[in-house]
Amino acid sequence: MSAITMKNIVKKYGDGFPAVNDVSIDVEDGEFMILVGPSGCGKSTLLRMVVGLEDITSGDMLIGEKRVNDLAPKDRNLAMVFQNYALYPHLTVYENIAFPLRLAKVDDKTVDEKVREASRTLELDEHLERKPGNLSGGQRQRVAMGRAIVRDADAFLFDEPLSNLDAKLRGQMRTEISRLQKRLGITTLYVTHDQTEAMTLGDRVAVLKRGELQQLATPRELYENPGNLFVAGFIGSPPMNFLPCTVEGTKAELPFGTVEIPEDKAEKARGKGLLIAGLRPEHFEDASVVEDTGSSTFTATAEVVEWLGNETYAYLPFEAPDEMRGKLEELERDLDGEGLRTQLVVSLDGASTIKEGDEATIYVDTSKMHLFDPATGENLTVDTAKAGRIPGMEQHA
Amino acid sequence: MKQKIGLVAGVTLILAWCLLPVVWIVSLSMKDAAAVTNGSPGFWPGDAFAGFDNYVTVLTEDSYSQFRRAIVNSIGISLIATTLSVILATLAAYAIARLEFKGKKLVLTTALAIAMFPVVSLVSPLFDMWRAIGLYDTWAGLIIPYMSFTLPLAIWTLSAFFREIPWEMEQAAQVDGATSWQAFRRVIVPLAAPGVFTAAILTFFFAWNDFVFGITLTSTETARPIPASLSFFVGADPFNRPASLLSAAAVIATIPIVLIVLLFQRKIVSGLTSGAVKG
Repeated sequence: MSAITMKNIVKKYGDGFPAVNDVSIDVEDGEFMILVGPSGCGKSTLLRMVVGLEDITSGDMLIGEKRVNDLAPKDRNLAMVFQNYALYPHLTVYENIAFPLRLAKVDDKTVDEKVREASRTLELDEHLERKPGNLSGGQRQRVAMGRAIVRDADAFLFDEPLSNLDAKLRGQMRTEISRLQKRLGITTLYVTHDQTEAMTLGDRVAVLKRGELQQLATPRELYENPGNLFVAGFIGSPPMNFLPCTVEGTKAELPFGTVEIPEDKAEKARGKGLLIAGLRPEHFEDASVVEDTGSSTFTATAEVVEWLGNETYAYLPFEAPDEMRGKLEELERDLDGEGLRTQLVVSLDGASTIKEGDEATIYVDTSKMHLFDPATGENLTVDTAKAGRIPGMEQHA
Repeated sequence: MKQKIGLVAGVTLILAWCLLPVVWIVSLSMKDAAAVTNGSPGFWPGDAFAGFDNYVTVLTEDSYSQFRRAIVNSIGISLIATTLSVILATLAAYAIARLEFKGKKLVLTTALAIAMFPVVSLVSPLFDMWRAIGLYDTWAGLIIPYMSFTLPLAIWTLSAFFREIPWEMEQAAQVDGATSWQAFRRVIVPLAAPGVFTAAILTFFFAWNDFVFGITLTSTETARPIPASLSFFVGADPFNRPASLLSAAAVIATIPIVLIVLLFQRKIVSGLTSGAVKG
């Protein structure tokens, strides 16, 4: 077991395009680290550089204290689970799991002990003599994990291991991986594009966009203190709402009306003209179910209402000014999304009786509002002490 | 129902078309030599039925010892040519399928160009060359042309197979601690086995059935293969080829091919890679 340290890692392909650009991540010993981002953000490339399947253009890759840049994959002592499992179809499950041990020329008795132990852990006992072709997706996934845990590897690497499973199985395997990692206490690097997996599994999460590290923090820090628009939009489901906003004194002017915001946030935003306000759906509430609304309420027409029992989602359309529309469309592209209409998604209490077409009075909790600079996407109201590491903002901290 | 009748009729027609010559040769090989010389005794042996006499003659009589030697030559030459050709083709095809190198296209097209030359056009120069360097009338003198003519096909077949195998297989093996060679031998070759056996069968057929090289590049029984040796069959009368003995020898020559196909066919299991990766 070892820490993995990436220092200023750069990966450039033949055409000079940097797939990974100056990324530094330190994975502590025993930590569960997630690399997350939309497709094409370089997360898989980064993982493959750790394991040695891609060359590193520049920067240092350290496993433990040792620089491994020039070591072949077989000399790095890492175990990896591939997205498509990459099981050996001509070998039985038993031999698949035993494969790394056979290569290491371990004696048969030890091989048997270790394979049986791994298969017990992963509940593969009754499948040991079968070929991978006859197994279900979840079973294949477990065999791939068995092949990883059977060796005493320094770290586990997962490359989108759950993306081929159906939704229900994905949830089960997620818990399974988490439990396994906790029990073995092994350093783990896990690549995913799914923000739910990132939030639930990771001790810390590294968010990447177009080959650059955006923020490296715990899931909670990412959710509550996103460093920029991209992280804010990527983490959370339904995603954070982005509204045009101008701050005057302690009043913020939003498309639906003017609300009061706390002085410390107002201070950072004053005199900056048009800003983007970020508000999560749960920061809104039906004013009729809130006791003390203060002056932070506005009215709007609910176009669509989705009642889920425990909560209600209401969709309130608004017009964004042209200069902001461009920024939001760019953000959508970065997030792999579609340029949808500008609308506010609010999560209301299940007891709310707002119906489609109703003029609703909505309360907004502005103490959790974030304000973003529309030009740079930077979060002006970030609490740097509780935001992990945000490259480019370290000097302010 | 109507479709089924059509299918059965079609299959019967094709079977009859393909098997008629085979049946004819087997039937001929069972006829008395004298009866054949005297005139056509009909499709079936009938009165001229000689049982396995012709086979016994071919396999035991002294005057046909060159045929028995030819069987040894053919088996030896074909097996060595096949083995070497498949090994070389496997390595070459793997490189072509997996590595990016300059002149990859050139290698592939050159390989194909070799196969496009008519065998006959190369035989005379080879004859001169082999005599000059002492390969004339040796096993190696036949193995080399057989290999060069079968390698292109083998390389093309195998590189198609290798391309089908997902990259992740080798990468997984390497992460598991294998060297490139171990990954190739323990993971890729077993997965490409159907392709390897296909290439092996094709190569063996070519070497086994070749007549032009066999007759041109040999002069004695030290290296003469079966097809060439058949042309040296003489009966009592030099103007009358011993047709029934030739047929018996031809049937004997076919048996190894049938055996090899049956043996390899079981190895050519399609879909061996299923279950390796999802989707």
